[in-house]
Amino acid sequence: MSKDPITARGDLRLTRITKSYGDFTAVDDLTLTIPKGSFFALLGPSGCGKTTTLRMVAGLEEPTVGSIHLGDTDITTTRPYQRPINTVFQNYALFPHLTIFENIAFGLRRRGIKDVKEQVDKVLNLVELPHLAERKPTQLSGGQQQRIALARAIVNRPALLLLDEPLGALDLKLRRQMQIELKWIQREVGLTFVHVTHDQEEAMTMADTIAVMNEGKIEQMGSPADLYDDPETAFVANFLGQSNLIKGKIDGNDGDNLVVDLYGQKISMPKKRSHAVDNSLYAGIRPEKFRISRLGTAVRGNTLTGGHIEDVSYIGVSTQYVVAMPWGQEVMVFEQNDDGVAPFDKGDEVNISWEPNFTFGLRGDEDVDAGTEVNPEELEEE
Amino acid sequence: MSQKIKDASIPTIPVKARFSRWFGRNLLRIYMIFGFTYLFIPVAYTFVFSFNDSGKSNLIWKGFTLSNWQNPCGAPEVCNALGNSIKIGLLATIFSTILGTMIAFAIGRYKFKGRSSSNLLIFLPMATPEIVLGASLLSLFLVFKINPGFWPTVVAHVVFCISFVVVTVKARIASLDPRLEQAAMDLYANELETFRRVTLPLVAPGIAGAALLAFSLSFDDFIITNFNSGTLITFPKFVYVSAARGIPAQANVIGSAMFFLALAIVIASQLAKRKKTR
Repeated sequence: MSKDPITARGDLRLTRITKSYGDFTAVDDLTLTIPKGSFFALLGPSGCGKTTTLRMVAGLEEPTVGSIHLGDTDITTTRPYQRPINTVFQNYALFPHLTIFENIAFGLRRRGIKDVKEQVDKVLNLVELPHLAERKPTQLSGGQQQRIALARAIVNRPALLLLDEPLGALDLKLRRQMQIELKWIQREVGLTFVHVTHDQEEAMTMADTIAVMNEGKIEQMGSPADLYDDPETAFVANFLGQSNLIKGKIDGNDGDNLVVDLYGQKISMPKKRSHAVDNSLYAGIRPEKFRISRLGTAVRGNTLTGGHIEDVSYIGVSTQYVVAMPWGQEVMVFEQNDDGVAPFDKGDEVNISWEPNFTFGLRGDEDVDAGTEVNPEELEEE
Repeated sequence: MSQKIKDASIPTIPVKARFSRWFGRNLLRIYMIFGFTYLFIPVAYTFVFSFNDSGKSNLIWKGFTLSNWQNPCGAPEVCNALGNSIKIGLLATIFSTILGTMIAFAIGRYKFKGRSSSNLLIFLPMATPEIVLGASLLSLFLVFKINPGFWPTVVAHVVFCISFVVVTVKARIASLDPRLEQAAMDLYANELETFRRVTLPLVAPGIAGAALLAFSLSFDDFIITNFNSGTLITFPKFVYVSAARGIPAQANVIGSAMFFLALAIVIASQLAKRKKTR
C-alpha cells in the first residue's frame, strides 16, 4: 500500500463499485477483474454506465462506494496523473496548440523521461505516421487523429490503456481497418486494453473478454463466442446479434438433455445451456442455426412444423427468411446461399429444424424485447 | 456579342426586371459600402487633416505638409499628455487583465455560492453611466483623502476595464473543451502544469484580446478621467481642452498613428492565425 501508485502493475480489480449522481445510479454495485495483458471490452447501450466506469478507472470520477485496485495498490482516490493509466478519449482531445510531436511527448515530458525524441519517433512509426510530427492536430484527418491519440497514450507504456469509444467518429470502412490495427497494436505492445463501446461488432472483433453492461450492472461476461453461443439473459441474446426466443415449458429429462415443449411440439436441448429457474423457459436459437425444409422431408435434430414463409430477402452471402409459425410468432432464418438459388418462395409451407446443441435456454420471466430497442449504430455519448 | 444568334424562342428578360435582379443580388454589397463609408469618413478626415499646414487652428485646409508627422510633439504639451495616457493605459491594462482573467476563471470554471450573482454584478460597471461612475469614484477618493491624480485615474480605469476583460475571457473559457484538461491530467500533468501547459495557452488569445480592449478603453476615456485625474493632462483631456482654441494637427497625427497601429495589430493577428491553421 505504501508503494507509489504510478509504479503499480497487475490485474485491475473493481470491488463493489457504485457511482450515484443524486437519485440516478450510473454504476450499481459492480465487481470486475480485468486480467493483466488482456483486451477487455465493456459493451452496452448509451447510459449503461460503461463510460462512467472507465472514468472512475482513469481517475476522472470518484466512486461513491467501492474500491479500485491495480495489482496490490489501491488507486480508488489517487489523482489521474498519479495513475499508470492512459486514455484514448472519445473525440481524441488532442492539444490543438501543440504539434503532433509535442502532443505525443506530453506525457513523457511530464514524467521527466530522457529519450523523448527516440520514443516519440518509435511510436509514430508504430502508427505509421512519422511524416506528421510537425503538423498541428487540426491539419489531420479523423483516422490520423485517432492514431495520434492512441500513440500519445501508448508511448507512456501504461499498466492500463483505456479506450473510450475510440472508433466512434470514423466511417465504417476506416473503423473496420482500425479494429484490426488496434488488435495488432495491443499484441505488439502487450498492454492491458480496456475498451468501451456500444458497437457489438467492434467489441467482438477486438476483445478477448467482453462484459455486457446494462443499467449499471454487468449482464454477462465471457469470450465473444461464449456470449454469442450461450447468452444468459434476453438482453445479451438480443444486444449481441439477433435471436429467436420461443416460449416453452420444461417437460422432462432425457439424460444430459432437457425435453422442452414449444407450443405443443417437443424439442430437446442440453441441460447445461439452460438458465431457467423453474419450468418455464424461452428457447433461444440464432437465425443462422435454423434450417428450412419442405413439409414431409426427413430432417435431423429439433424440428418445428407448420410454418410458412412470410418474407424473403436475398442479401448475397445469405438469404434471410421471415417464417410465420402456427402460434403467431415470426422467426428469422438466415440460410447460406451455398447451393446457388433461393429455394423457397413467399407462402411456402415449411418446417424449421436445428441442431439441439445450438439451443440456449433463458428464464421464462425474461423481457423478450430487452436489448432490441437500442440501436447499436447510434453515436450518442452517455 | 455579335456572334450570338438571336433566337426568338428564348424569351428575353426586360431591362427593369434585370436591374431589380442585379439590385437584389448586390443589395448587401451596396449596404456594406454605405456602412463602411459612414464609419470611416471621420477617420479619413482625421488622417487627411494630419497633413494640413494648419498653423494654429486645424479647421480649414491650408495646404499639404509632412511637418506634423515629422514633428508629432511640435504642439505644446501634446506628447506629455500622450505619455500619461499610455502609462495609465498600460497600468490599467495589466491590472485589469490579471484581475479580470482570474475572475473569469472563477466564474467560468468553478461552482460556488454567489456565482450567478457575481456573474451579474460584473456587468454593472459596464452598464453604469460613466458620468455617474466617474463622479462617485471622485467622491470616494475624497472621502479617503486621496487627491485626484495619476494613481486614482489608474484605479478608476481598472474598475471599468475589468468587466470587459471578464466578459471577453469568459467567452473563451466557455469554448474550451474540458476534455483537453482531462487529457492533460491523464498524461501525468498535475493541476498547475495542466493550467500552464494546456489551459493558459488555449485561453491566451482571449486574454490578449481582452488586454487590447482594456488598453483602448483606457486610452480614450475622457469622462471618468476628467473627474479623477486632477491637474494631470491625458491625451483625450488635451484634445478636449484644445478644442476650444483649435486642435493642433499633431493631435490628428497621433490619432491616425493609433488607428494604423491598431489596424496593424489586427492584420498581424489574422495573418498569424491563418498561418497556424494552414
